[in-house]
Amino acid sequence: MDWYPLWNSLRIAGISCVIVFFLGIFFAYYAARLPRAVKGMLDVVLTLPMVLPPTVCGYFLLLLFGVKRPLGVFLMRFGVKFVMTWYGGILAAAVVAFPLMYRTARGAFESFDENLSHAGKTLGLSNTYIFWKIRMPACKQGILAGTVLAFARALGEYGATSMLIGYTPGKTATISTTVYQLWRTNDEAGAFTWVLVNLAISTVVLLAVNMLESRQKTKTW
Amino acid sequence: MNLSVKIRKNLGDFVLDVAFDTGEGVLGLLGASGCGKSMTLKCIAGIEKPDEGRIVLNDRVLFDSEAGIDVPPQKRGVGYLFQDYALFPNMTVAQNILCGARDKDKTAEYIRRFDLVGKEKLYPAQLSGGQKQRVALARMLAAEPEVILLDEPFTALDNFLKARMEREVMNVLDGFGGPVVFVSHDRNESYRLTDTIAVMENGHIADLSEKHELFRAPKTLAATLLTGCKNVTRLKLLEGGDYMAVDWGIRLHAPIAEKVLAGQQANRSEDGTVYRYAGFRAHYLVPVEPGDKERVQGKENSGSSNLLICDILREVEDTFSVVIQFYQKGLAERTEYSLLTYETGKEDWARWKKQCAEGEIMLRIPDDALIWMKD
Repeated sequence: MDWYPLWNSLRIAGISCVIVFFLGIFFAYYAARLPRAVKGMLDVVLTLPMVLPPTVCGYFLLLLFGVKRPLGVFLMRFGVKFVMTWYGGILAAAVVAFPLMYRTARGAFESFDENLSHAGKTLGLSNTYIFWKIRMPACKQGILAGTVLAFARALGEYGATSMLIGYTPGKTATISTTVYQLWRTNDEAGAFTWVLVNLAISTVVLLAVNMLESRQKTKTW
Repeated sequence: MNLSVKIRKNLGDFVLDVAFDTGEGVLGLLGASGCGKSMTLKCIAGIEKPDEGRIVLNDRVLFDSEAGIDVPPQKRGVGYLFQDYALFPNMTVAQNILCGARDKDKTAEYIRRFDLVGKEKLYPAQLSGGQKQRVALARMLAAEPEVILLDEPFTALDNFLKARMEREVMNVLDGFGGPVVFVSHDRNESYRLTDTIAVMENGHIADLSEKHELFRAPKTLAATLLTGCKNVTRLKLLEGGDYMAVDWGIRLHAPIAEKVLAGQQANRSEDGTVYRYAGFRAHYLVPVEPGDKERVQGKENSGSSNLLICDILREVEDTFSVVIQFYQKGLAERTEYSLLTYETGKEDWARWKKQCAEGEIMLRIPDDALIWMKD
């Protein structure tokens, strides 16, 4: 059996999750500080990928990064091509998973007690220290939840991925596109194997989250 | 040692416009919630930025809108005690104290001084209210501030704990040489902990006086009400320099000096009066013997000056005293301020009622108990 789709799915989900983690936190942190009107607009734009069908997201990505589109042509000069490449999958997964991270992190930041930050400032602590050592730990639950959701979403991404990078065995194949491809070509047993693999990964992820949560509870805060 | 504040900030509903010098000792900001007192503290700490003004701490300019100076909160040397203590929930007691400490080696000393030995490794959620306050005080002092700001630190506590925490804060303030600003909406608390009190209303200071002076003779109606005076009235100047207490329906005997003042045109406000409001505190009334009515009236020589004849609405029993709510007998038009209160010992009141069983209950406002206000 060729394990390439597993490896490819994991690296796409892993890398896009890291990107989405930082981008989501960045936007969540600054969106919480923006004036109401601007915040509402930004919110709509940043959350759209969550409510749009993934194929529509894929369509927009092709519109932007297609090899004949200006941006696609421009990127080709640097040898970067998002269409039909495995790392194009990172782009597709990141776009679709981003709103989950952004919204969960923003909720966590908005419920943060600003007095903690004020107290930190009067004690002479730097803004960087306050962010990483006080704000982030206090919002840990929400940020962790957002990260897990984003990872799970990225791992299960199908629509935008298939639009942007298609299905090339050994190149762009991911677990979800492989399941569809095998099912389409009447390889029911093959499809079932990959379904089991997917189930196994999801179970491990959820177990890990539960373990993290219970460990946190014993820390009593 | 001084903190000098003169700031303006538009808060939407009203404009915060305050100016004060703390001098030595503790300055209290007393006011109803939402009057701008916490915002004032936040401006001093640098958490909020005033629209204009100047803040100077011991000759060090912290903020000056004209000179473009706005020292970040980290460099202001301000110790801020928050109402809910704002302890970092993800840090242990020791880490909380250590993180802002100027001299890291002294952390153990603060832990000992605030009776936290054995609690170093606990998280704030595992502490009692009293322990939390001690950690917050230790954390604040470990940063070696030049000024201490206390933002309603006892508001959320029950009475028993409150008394203990107050003692602890007093200990800290006694050992602290710099300026202290204490914000509260509780007049008793402010009285106990401060030396000077600024009464705040809608963003401005209605009265700023030494505390004994403030409670004896507040200068404005806002200050009078905020210092807990329950009996106030509007005034109308009468011929001869006495006043009519419009809301109470009695004559008030103005002190001699005030009669002279009233006679001088320069001292009169637009509508011709010197004073616009008067008030007295509920426990300063003096019972009048039934037979004394004529004598009291005679002495005042101007009708029934300062004399209240009680039309009792109800008697409210408090823990150690009784509060009598009453109107002046025969008062034609009752207003918001017509209901008067008299507070006295339970036994005294019982005895007095028995003595007056036949006739009316009469109370006199001593001349020196009256508070006269120009606005």
